[in-house]
Amino acid sequence: MLNAVVLIALTMLSVALLLNAWRLFRGPDATDRILALDTLYINAAAVIVLYGIHTGRSDFFEAALLIALLGFVSTMALAKFLLRGDIIE
Amino acid sequence: MTVRSNWLPHPLLSLALLGLWLLLNNSAAPGHLVLGTLLGLLIPVFSRRFWPEATPLVRPGLAFRFALQVVWDIIVANFAVARIVLGPAEAVRPAFVRVPLDVQGDFALTALLSVISLTPGTVSAQIDEERRFLLVHALSSLDSATLAQQIKTRYEAPIKEIFAC
Amino acid sequence: MMLHLVNLLTAILLLLGAGFALVGSIGLARLPDIFTRLHGPTKASTLGVGAILLASILFFSAREGLTLHEFLVSLFLFLSAPVSAHLIARAAIHRRCKSICGAPEDP
Repeated sequence: MLNAVVLIALTMLSVALLLNAWRLFRGPDATDRILALDTLYINAAAVIVLYGIHTGRSDFFEAALLIALLGFVSTMALAKFLLRGDIIE
Repeated sequence: MTVRSNWLPHPLLSLALLGLWLLLNNSAAPGHLVLGTLLGLLIPVFSRRFWPEATPLVRPGLAFRFALQVVWDIIVANFAVARIVLGPAEAVRPAFVRVPLDVQGDFALTALLSVISLTPGTVSAQIDEERRFLLVHALSSLDSATLAQQIKTRYEAPIKEIFAC
Repeated sequence: MMLHLVNLLTAILLLLGAGFALVGSIGLARLPDIFTRLHGPTKASTLGVGAILLASILFFSAREGLTLHEFLVSLFLFLSAPVSAHLIARAAIHRRCKSICGAPEDP
């Protein structure tokens, strides 16, 4: 039962990832693309956690943590760049 | 400078670091406890100059109750946002709302802005240089004055009390 | 019996979490301007991933003994999401992005 649920959840997240990718390509502004990328990162972390449940291995958690960290830092850097035209003042 | 502020400048940060270490290793074995405590004690001492003025947590009990309330609000907010997102496009009536600020201090402001962004259809968008007004974007605001009042009584007042500022 | 209950709870949390993540992404794709789009991901996706991580905690705790490290990811997401949203909103105001409720007056 649980395996089927995991597959359903994975499908839903795949649709979410496609929607994010669509927004990433569509734009129209750079801020929209940053937001799309940020959401893409968060959803990718969720997919990895789900895959961990699917395979029954708990060490995928570290990958999810790394993706979440990288997503936050890159969003920060990109938004700061738009705000100041510069990342490190 | 007392001995305590020299060697234990941020007790809460030390506790948080210990918790972080135990969670990262996913174990509370004695070895990890010792190492985590050591890191929790050393990192704040060596990175002291990096940290802004510590904000004292005056009412830990209230902070706990406030955190529970915020978690509940986040869950409720999500159902509300889901309804708006999936509903007809006319349901989206966004507006910018100006909220006057009473809270001061970096930490308290960060807490307030984060809570606003995570709860009912509002995202904190901008804050002015003098920190007197906060610009909030609401997803479907019925009345901006009521919304501002709601934010002030529901979130700002408890935060003000928790950090005593 | 116990495991069945945990499995049921895990399944509910997984569906709820994936549902919220999907709603957040639909909001991102569907809503009309950058400021309204911000609402979907910051709230729905964060809670969605939080629910999925809670499901993962339940799942592995029931099988391999108490496991809490997924909590770290949720905590980090809940702390970082509002900061990202705030910065993106500021960047959008700075770039004078189109907003369907008129331009915000300078605060």
